[in-house]
Amino acid sequence: MLEQIVAVILSVELYTAVVRMTTPLLLAALGSILAERSGVVTFSMEAMMLLGAVGAIIGSGLTGSAWLGLCVAMLFGALVGLIYAVWAVSIGANQIVTSVALNLGALGLSSILYVMTFAPAKGEVIEQVIQVPSLPAWKIPLLGDIPVIGTVFFNQIPIVYFGYLLIPIIWFILYKTTWGLKVRAVGEHPHAADTVGISVAGVRYISVVISGIMSGLAGAFLSIGMLNTFQEGMSAGRGFIAYTAIVFGKWEPLGVALGTVLFGAADALQLRLQAMNLAIPYQFMVAFPYLVTFITLVVFVGKAVWPASYGMPFQREGK
Amino acid sequence: MTELLRLEKICKTFPGVIANDNVDLSIERGEIRALLGENGAGKTTLMNCVYGVYRPNSGKIFWKGKEVHIHRARDAIALGIGMVHQHFMLVPPLTVAENVILGLPSPREPLLELSKVEAQIRESGEKYRLLVDPKARIWQLPVGIQQRVEILKALYRKAELLILDEPTAVLTPGEVEELFVILRKLAEDGLAIIFISHKLEEVRAICEKVTVLRGGRVVDTVNACDTSARELAKMMVGREVFLKFDKPKIEPGEVVLSVKNLSARDNRDLPAVRGVSFEVRRHEILGIAGVDGNGQTELAEVIAGLREATGGTVSILGKDTTKKTPREIIAMNVAYIPPDRQHTGLLLDFSITENLVGKAFWKPDFSRSGFLSKKKLDLFADRAIREFDVRTPGAGLKAKLLSGGNQQKVVLARELSGNPDLVIASQPTRGLDIGATEYVHKQMLEARARGAAILFVSTELEEILSLSDRIAVMYEGQIMGIVPAQDADIHEIGEMMAGVRRLGEAVGSGEKMG
Ligand SMILES: Nc1ncnc2c1ncn2[C@@H]1O[C@H](COP(=O)(O)OP(=O)(O)OP(=O)(O)O)[C@@H](O)[C@H]1O
Ligand SMILES: [Mg+2]
Repeated sequence: MLEQIVAVILSVELYTAVVRMTTPLLLAALGSILAERSGVVTFSMEAMMLLGAVGAIIGSGLTGSAWLGLCVAMLFGALVGLIYAVWAVSIGANQIVTSVALNLGALGLSSILYVMTFAPAKGEVIEQVIQVPSLPAWKIPLLGDIPVIGTVFFNQIPIVYFGYLLIPIIWFILYKTTWGLKVRAVGEHPHAADTVGISVAGVRYISVVISGIMSGLAGAFLSIGMLNTFQEGMSAGRGFIAYTAIVFGKWEPLGVALGTVLFGAADALQLRLQAMNLAIPYQFMVAFPYLVTFITLVVFVGKAVWPASYGMPFQREGK
Repeated sequence: MTELLRLEKICKTFPGVIANDNVDLSIERGEIRALLGENGAGKTTLMNCVYGVYRPNSGKIFWKGKEVHIHRARDAIALGIGMVHQHFMLVPPLTVAENVILGLPSPREPLLELSKVEAQIRESGEKYRLLVDPKARIWQLPVGIQQRVEILKALYRKAELLILDEPTAVLTPGEVEELFVILRKLAEDGLAIIFISHKLEEVRAICEKVTVLRGGRVVDTVNACDTSARELAKMMVGREVFLKFDKPKIEPGEVVLSVKNLSARDNRDLPAVRGVSFEVRRHEILGIAGVDGNGQTELAEVIAGLREATGGTVSILGKDTTKKTPREIIAMNVAYIPPDRQHTGLLLDFSITENLVGKAFWKPDFSRSGFLSKKKLDLFADRAIREFDVRTPGAGLKAKLLSGGNQQKVVLARELSGNPDLVIASQPTRGLDIGATEYVHKQMLEARARGAAILFVSTELEEILSLSDRIAVMYEGQIMGIVPAQDADIHEIGEMMAGVRRLGEAVGSGEKMG
């Protein structure tokens, strides 16, 4: 058995899988850093991902273009973000409770939308697996020809490359633009930001919608990037794992990216080992990535330094 | 001179309170105007109306002769009004330069351009002696420097009127001098300055005209030089105030607090308290003098169990408490008045009642089989509010809505109402008006008469001298010497505070002196 495990660990397939399993986590987690840093808890990534996944299927299935599928996914994600922002920012509802409600609602809504679009007739069940156009892999010239590394990193679908780019992009926005400065100030001391004339609610709305768009893209990756079909609840807790990666990475783009790689790797390893039919119980394998997530949360949450106004709605006094 | 700002009949009410009642005010260019008044008199509220934080219920604001409507801070900034709030509005993890440009467009929008701002900060820094490292992060800076950042922030926004809400409450005497130099330079350049303070001598030193508020109304505007501190105090409070008081002589009793060779580190993990020893007895007030930031705060925190000791021991009534939790120490009947009421002293989002009992809620007086008895809580709160003269429309108000001075009274009421054996008071009069300060002093003397041992930390040498039985001077984490108050010499103490002088054998074995 040990030999087989070693064989898996040495296989190129494992690393290709790591990249694939990491990408959705990376997109959602990095895309949500801005919202998180502005002080809004993005526990709602699960909902955004699910609607992104179904949006991509619908868009791609109806138009026949995977690219338009991506656009619909981002639109759906943005809408969930907008709804979440209304509750979390304008109404000032408890963000965890609102997120949980959204996540549950999205589970049902995504399936309904899927059935409504693809059922052969009203009220009928979808019998065969729906296949829609999916995103093609783009081999990057030169880089893609490097043995092993080329296969693992540069022979993937375009969203993966976008994920790589997102790390420096988010870092740049956060630390090198006036917008990023506003985001950080709003998250740490909304009152101070308010007194210099920054719209705290405006900054938070835009950040949460960005989180929605990016998580929607992550969802699209699950449906038309990886499997090119939709299954009920197909995000399978990845929104929560992405959230853990944010905490693990202490809200810093590079750290968060590392966190997603850690969880992506756990998932990929589990998948590859399952395929080997080893004597390890199947249930343990499936639970493995969640176990890793759980342990990391326990170890890292205590040490995390949250943005100072984290999860707290902002309200001016005495107007 | 030309008029810059005029307020006409400004009224501002909050549920149950009239914070400003028909206030008229006129400020000219180049003038430094003092705004005096008791805690809760409405000074901050009035300035918040000018700065657009609040909107007045009625009244008019004129700026350079024209009526203006200021709906939010952005409008005030655009007009040229800058405000340094009583509680600073700086973002701690950001750098000085980032705080200064926050909210302003950058010359290379959307990109940040910090180098130009940094250069400009250095330039104004030299012009007005506002020296700050633009790359430093706010949390690393002492409050005196943070205040400079606030002033720089206003100047960078081209302020023509600078409002300073109790700027000296958190400053050391040296820093106050430096601030005054800066303010005079700014006024010479034509800036108008509104200066809020409770310290009458300061007001007389820096301002020409003083406007006194009481109960939300303007009592009068007078020339500072024609009016004595005593008269000003009377105008503020509406009665005669005793700036001096008698301290009856009482023989100290048993040792309550004994500190031996204590060391501790500060938030930045640097040594803050370095081998300090002393004792405080019943019926005794030990004053800890020293310039802010010399380890006094940390020392008080270690004794209260809030900070870990890195060496040495603390014992209270003969029991070693060095490793005890704050709750265990509270249970030994110890009161702790923290220096920072906004962060550690109060739960700002909780009601006054909840704050008052926050420390004793688990005692059988208030809770029965784990549930709180609302009636008992309310009775207790009402009594405390009356006794400590907290100005509030009701006990259910959130603590953050109280004026700064009234917040401090809530902390005092909570800490002193249980007849403590040991009182650790860390800057208990910071930000209090003279009436309230007088009150705190009276409370300290009463606790002393009842038999409490009191550790009284303050940066105000005046009050240390008049209140203490013995005075310990701290400098860079060490005790430079402990002297009995009756033989204390201001110069000697001043030199010890500056670290120049040290009472030979006194270091680390202060009680032999006392
Ligand atoms: N947002 C608010 N809601 C309700 N009451 C308020 C609010 N802000 C201030 N008050 C009340 O208005 C009155 C005036 O408060 P203000 O803060 O202006 O006093 P102040 O003169 O600045 O006192 P201090 O010297 O203690 O800072 C106080 O009674 C206070 O409790
Ligand atoms: Mg005030």
